[in-house]
Amino acid sequence: MADFQRWAPEARKHLQQGPRLWVKLRLDPWLLVLLLAIMSFGLLVLYSGSGASEAAVQKQLVRYGVALLGMVMITQINLRKVQRWMPFLYVAGLLMLLAVLLFGVGAKGAQRWLAIPGLPRFQPAEIMKLVVPLTVAWYLASRPRPPHLIHVIIAMGLVVVPVLLIAKQPDLGTSLLIGSSGLFVIFFAGLLWRYVLAAIALGAAGFPVMWMGMREYQKQRVLTFLDPESDPLGAGWNIIQSKIAIGSGGINGKGWLQGTQSHLDFLPETHTDFIVAVLAEEFGLIGVCLLLTLYFLVLARGLIIAGYAAHPFDRMLAASLTLTFFVYVLVNVGMVSGLLPVVGVPLPLVSYGGTSAVTLMASLGLLMSIHARRPQPT
Amino acid sequence: MPWSTMDTQRQEVSQFKARLWFALLLIVMLFAGLIARLVYLQIWQHQHYVTQSDDNRQQLQAIAPTRGLIYDTNGVLLAGNRASHSLTLIPEQLEGGRRGIDTTITNLAKVVTIDEDDIKRFKRRLNQPRRPYSPVALRFQMSPQEIAKITVNQHRFAGVRIVPTLVRYYPLDEGFVHALGYVGRINDRELAKIDGSNYSATHHIGKLGIERFYETELHGTVGHQTVETNARGRVLQVLERLDPVPGKDITLYLDAQLQQTAAQLLQGKRGAIVALDPKTGGVLAMASAPSYGANQFVTGISSANYKTLRNSDDLPLFNRALRGRYPPASTVKPVIALAGMDSGIVSRKFSLWDPGYYQLTEGGRLYRDWKEGGHGRVNMHKSIVESVDTYYYAIAHLMGNTPMTKYLAQFGLGQITIADQPEATQAVLPTKQWKRINRNASWFPGDSLNMGIGQGFLSATPTQLATMAMVLANKGQWHQIRMIKAMDDQPVTKVSDIGRKDPALPNNVSLKRSSDWKRIHNAMIDVMHGQRGTGRRSGANSSYKMAGKTGTAQVLGIKQDDTYDASKIAEKFRDHGLYIGWAPAKNPTIVIAVIIENGGGGSSAAAPLARKMFDARILGVQQEAHNDG
Repeated sequence: MADFQRWAPEARKHLQQGPRLWVKLRLDPWLLVLLLAIMSFGLLVLYSGSGASEAAVQKQLVRYGVALLGMVMITQINLRKVQRWMPFLYVAGLLMLLAVLLFGVGAKGAQRWLAIPGLPRFQPAEIMKLVVPLTVAWYLASRPRPPHLIHVIIAMGLVVVPVLLIAKQPDLGTSLLIGSSGLFVIFFAGLLWRYVLAAIALGAAGFPVMWMGMREYQKQRVLTFLDPESDPLGAGWNIIQSKIAIGSGGINGKGWLQGTQSHLDFLPETHTDFIVAVLAEEFGLIGVCLLLTLYFLVLARGLIIAGYAAHPFDRMLAASLTLTFFVYVLVNVGMVSGLLPVVGVPLPLVSYGGTSAVTLMASLGLLMSIHARRPQPT
Repeated sequence: MPWSTMDTQRQEVSQFKARLWFALLLIVMLFAGLIARLVYLQIWQHQHYVTQSDDNRQQLQAIAPTRGLIYDTNGVLLAGNRASHSLTLIPEQLEGGRRGIDTTITNLAKVVTIDEDDIKRFKRRLNQPRRPYSPVALRFQMSPQEIAKITVNQHRFAGVRIVPTLVRYYPLDEGFVHALGYVGRINDRELAKIDGSNYSATHHIGKLGIERFYETELHGTVGHQTVETNARGRVLQVLERLDPVPGKDITLYLDAQLQQTAAQLLQGKRGAIVALDPKTGGVLAMASAPSYGANQFVTGISSANYKTLRNSDDLPLFNRALRGRYPPASTVKPVIALAGMDSGIVSRKFSLWDPGYYQLTEGGRLYRDWKEGGHGRVNMHKSIVESVDTYYYAIAHLMGNTPMTKYLAQFGLGQITIADQPEATQAVLPTKQWKRINRNASWFPGDSLNMGIGQGFLSATPTQLATMAMVLANKGQWHQIRMIKAMDDQPVTKVSDIGRKDPALPNNVSLKRSSDWKRIHNAMIDVMHGQRGTGRRSGANSSYKMAGKTGTAQVLGIKQDDTYDASKIAEKFRDHGLYIGWAPAKNPTIVIAVIIENGGGGSSAAAPLARKMFDARILGVQQEAHNDG
């Protein structure tokens, strides 16, 4: 080998150039390519959804750049080495959530942001999207699996406390995402099926209790979801209009920048939560299926990464992050197409907005980091 | 590592992988669900949503036709259209939607004046069926200052818009309302009657007069356009347009100058002047006093102003020219004389000695002449020139009811002969049957006597009296009495030319001896120019001859042996002064009827006004502004 190197240093360099870059950066080329494809497609739709605003696209590009940088940085972290810091992160997160409830700022009747002098404004709930699954995974990784009931209950507690704090802001979408990310960890820890089924039954029975605890606007959303025509100009407007946008798009769509629903302002939130309606209107069924395919490939890759992971912590985390990504897609598309009630969940990597892009890419970074540290086949 | 732990680990890994497969299955199934949903929306329901999407952005807007203009006979504009700005709300776009209406109105009221009336009417309009995103008017006729205030504060008022519309405008206003009528906002009752689609963009409708009668022609046909709008209802482009058909322009016989002269002559009085063109039957002037401004009715008169008008003792809203039922008094004498002669009941040489009264029976009730002591020997000529009541008591007694009503009817009394003034009334031409039905009594000789001097049950409107004068002047020749001269420059000789129903006219009056016309005409000329003519003071110093007949209608019954003392009687019970006549006496160009309520005798109250009208028509002499005559 050494001789070969000495004799043909250039050839070896050439041979290893490709893989070495990925390996060094600990990036997963599959995920990276899919990610970039989704973002490019997303920017195309965003340009239309923002009313042909170049400024919006530029701003989003910068955010993507920052998020990509963050993702690369996260992939450098060896999770197993930092996992003992999780409890501290978790507690810090909870304190920030409390701070949001006490001193938070926000708009439209929701208090979600924390403005600490000297720092950019941020949503602690977004950080918790990562911290909660990490913490639960940390907790269950050092317990016997399948977890005992007591550990399940404690893990549930770790999930429920931040979820309730976030639901109180109120931010139903985020608390839903965080709650499911935590529950996925517990599920992949090997929670016995009878507990899973019992939890589902309990959840169904608990719905009336939840209904009582919901805020008026949340109840309104559910009612509107059940019968959007009851208030066509008020709360039902969004759903009716997005269904019209999707339906009128047909198979081929009306063409890029040709969507009347979005460009004539019938469709609400065209560049944020309802952007998939713009996609469906302008690119038709073909366009949506293309995007869903890209998402599916991301999910498949995530599950493969989870399958390769050796350490229980890595496994649970990878599977949970992947399925949480799926929840994003499912809830957003389901909501916009009128299958699910209106919940503020963005379309991953497509909706306009910095915070969710950063968190999502960070979670993909975690996936990549896990994959980079998988046991190498010998 | 012990085997058992290895075993547990392997078991755990395989269980984990099984759950991954389960997750993949779940993902595939739910993605399939999403795609099924999309297929349902985008393929199955595609057409439905395409329609909805088009309905969203495309709106069919009605375009109001421009209302036809009204001109006088010389092309002077009498009714035009001008831009008026109204303040409108689009309830769907207000902050808080329909629930935000009250707040918005409260906030608007801080910037411009909005009174209770405006709000009440706005609420009524709001509750009428309307297309979503269509504006509802809150206030009309915004001043430039008010428009500026709203525009400056526009950012505070989402869904509030200033909308310019064309509304009716009467440049000459006050003196013309009783001839033209006016338009006003469509009310619920009218809404039920009109063709809703044709009026979908129209807010005004003819309420009275010409504006009401020719509503169909003046209104035109609504147009439509399909526009693309955004969610806030802003029109982005017009996709399709069907232009409205503007209303037809109407030219009237009305002479604006003559009308203004008439209105000025009546200023400060209660009464009416109607002038006709005897060659066509066209109405040259139709004035009723007191009058009121028509423009205030277009955009909605304030209830305080309306109350004042409605409650005024002088009844300014009352159209005396068309609806005032007055005893025609001595103005009917020429026709009564003709009736006597033509029916053969009264000899053309009939004369009597007038002691100043008439008695049906010896020692019975005295029917007084207006002149104490009487006129001496009176023949037909003198009876008209000096307006001798006694003569007419006598011939009316001879004739009785039937010949008189028959002849009066031939001259248009007791019927509506004006074609295009829907307000006109027929007044009363009392036949025997009429009295039986309305008074439940039979016709007494005394009734004939009263009718012979144009009193009693007989009544006529100024328009009818002018018509009677026209038929007299025309020697029996009838024309349809009408306001309209031409529509869109096409002459209209009778309203059936434009598809309307002609009123039934009496046949032309043909006398057994046509020389009787001359007798009557000569007598009526002498009324104005004869030495003892009752209208001689008004006929004096003129370059042309005129013919006429004065009349003085009693308002108060005078008791037996009482003399009439005008100064002692309250103004409201003083006599009405009347006049009918035409000029020039031969080949007339104007016939006229004048009535001045409680103005005293016809020769002093009414005839001088007629003379001024004649001068205005024939010599072009115009009445000075604010000259009370």
